[in-house]
Amino acid sequence: MENRTDKNSYTILFAIGMVLVVGALLAFAASSLKPNIDENKRLEKQQNILYAMGVNENDDSSANFVSTTDAPELFKKYITKQLVIEGDKVTEDPEAYLIDVKKEQAKAKAGLERKLPLFVGEKDGKTFYIVPIYGKGLWDAIWAYVSIDENMVVQGAYFDHKGETPGLGANIKQRFFMDDFIGEHLLNESGVFKGIDVAKGNADPKNENKTDNEVDAIAGATITGNGVTAMIKADLKLYKPYIDNLKTN
Amino acid sequence: MGLLSKKDAKLITDPLADNNPITIQVLGICSALAITAELKASIVMALSVMAVLAIGNVVISLMRNIIPSKIRIIVQLVVVAALVIIVDQVLKAFAYELSKTLSVFVGLIITNCIIMGRFEAFALGNKPWRSFLDGIGNAAGYGLILIIVGFFRELLGSGTLLGFKVLGDPIEKTGLYAIGYENNGFMLLSPMALIVVGIIIWVQRSRNQALIED
Repeated sequence: MENRTDKNSYTILFAIGMVLVVGALLAFAASSLKPNIDENKRLEKQQNILYAMGVNENDDSSANFVSTTDAPELFKKYITKQLVIEGDKVTEDPEAYLIDVKKEQAKAKAGLERKLPLFVGEKDGKTFYIVPIYGKGLWDAIWAYVSIDENMVVQGAYFDHKGETPGLGANIKQRFFMDDFIGEHLLNESGVFKGIDVAKGNADPKNENKTDNEVDAIAGATITGNGVTAMIKADLKLYKPYIDNLKTN
Repeated sequence: MGLLSKKDAKLITDPLADNNPITIQVLGICSALAITAELKASIVMALSVMAVLAIGNVVISLMRNIIPSKIRIIVQLVVVAALVIIVDQVLKAFAYELSKTLSVFVGLIITNCIIMGRFEAFALGNKPWRSFLDGIGNAAGYGLILIIVGFFRELLGSGTLLGFKVLGDPIEKTGLYAIGYENNGFMLLSPMALIVVGIIIWVQRSRNQALIED
């Protein structure tokens, strides 16, 4: 005996109805929640930038941002200038922190001029230059905010990822990894840009040698580590001309 | 359990031991390998799967008389995918920190065979309340194994539990490390998860011979 629900016509109608209902539901959820999600992402960027220049609420071992309610105010207070570098042209843009680094990388690939956002922070009389960088890890995107001084010595870094393996690659956003970058030199002794290698056999697990251009890798996270090395080399290098200019002026 | 009848209570207790989705039905292995390198991720995954499986079971059970049998698998897939995406969006809007912790799990929840398995095997033929209990029970059984595996992998692989250095500091050489103990890096890699699951299966079947198939 054929059931009502076995008929082809019913099956097709059900499928159409299901698609309409689920589609409408998802579209409604996505569009009604979008303003909240965008706002969260905007605040997160401010928190990330502040974190990299040392404005955070770190305790002994874990990485903690300033609260989302304080972030906009602190961002205004500590970030004195937001610059956009396009070739030789440097302009100020109060919304530079919203520039999508991934899109700019795609532009550069297509042969167009790339906008390089740079945030200048002042804290306790010290100037920080905070650079957003973007690359890929094992599964998906990884990115970071790195703050450097005028000698391209790292002052702080915040790493994040979209979907690295928990316990392995995802550990790039742990203090033990991020803090290793503090004090590391991006240039070699003769002032040529060398980047920082996430190195497996560097025999310096306590990271005492800050001028070796190396930090200790995470066991089991080789490809994520290589991704970190690559994005530091590719993206931070682009800022060297600007930083060099600062010193000569 | 005064709240539940004996039959209903069995829906929760069975998957914890003699009908465990991982060790007996051998479902959901992929996620058990992927995210158990640390205990915290195991717990988060267990709770997420529990929420999705319980709600999904109820939804499928409510629709069980109107789902055309020819496309039931597709319907199940749509239900679980829509559910997970909506939950993810809501978390992104209102609990952004939590959603970042969960991001990597979203895809793994949708593809978890336990969820489709329970939809197909239980929710399509049972009433919503029993389906709800079945979802909770199976997710608890799954979570239990995840937490056991996560516990051993994090303890032996990183020397920590939930991020706390319980065995001392491997770089400063304190605690156990002072007398020459070393972390086993192999524990952090997926093959060891499979071996730990294998050991659990071994222990379980040697305690209950009835589970051994010929």
